[in-house]
Amino acid sequence: MSTVLHEHYEVKPDDFANAGKASSAIKEQLKSLGLSPAVLRRVAVATYECEINLIIHANGGTIDMDIEEDGTIRLVFQDTGPGIADLEKAMTPGFSTASEKARAMGFGAGMGLPNIKRVSDTFDIQSSEEGTRIELTFVES
Amino acid sequence: MKVKELIEKTGWKDEGTSSNLEGEVVGAYCGDLLSWVMGNGEQGQAWITVQGHINVVAVAKLREFSCIIIADNAPILDEFMNKAEEEDIVVLSSGLPVYETAKVLVELGV
Repeated sequence: MSTVLHEHYEVKPDDFANAGKASSAIKEQLKSLGLSPAVLRRVAVATYECEINLIIHANGGTIDMDIEEDGTIRLVFQDTGPGIADLEKAMTPGFSTASEKARAMGFGAGMGLPNIKRVSDTFDIQSSEEGTRIELTFVES
Repeated sequence: MKVKELIEKTGWKDEGTSSNLEGEVVGAYCGDLLSWVMGNGEQGQAWITVQGHINVVAVAKLREFSCIIIADNAPILDEFMNKAEEEDIVVLSSGLPVYETAKVLVELGV
């Protein structure tokens, strides 16, 4: 499937001051393309959670968004962080390894990955000691 | 009910971060865990929280809440105010605990 639009974003580690900036930019971009509020909402939830994970748990990372010819939105979040030791646990609602600093700001509910999986149409996560890669797709319902 | 009517009826302090008070308040959501609010809040709701830091603004913007209501006189950081102003998000301070704040909204029919 060929891509009609590609966007690339960099997320810096520990940069709480700019958390949500990439997610907002993605949402605005999709809004300008006339996507429905329902899909915008799902993309916003997923991108924000992934962006926060890059800031809190990884050493920052990258976000790549592709919009394909058939309208599918493909998002890839890639980092070179420590990886997720136990993926099954990480997917369990309420389980969190967030730092005290992150928790003090209201992060660490343990709902990030479950939220992402719930709102996306396809969800793929690969994690090792070299980093984590999450690929999501969204289609207009 | 519009945000400006909410301010008039409650007397809650408008922190002055946005002059756009025409947003419709279509309910409210109480919560301080950002992922929880992100996953469960709905567009147009007033968000009642005791978190007064910068990341709250990002969630409010992405969820398109009508306003943020800081309860219980929780501390509000300057960078939160600056960010809310930048993003044009209305911030109110109720001066009441979360439960009492929500009760007022219920009594007003929100």
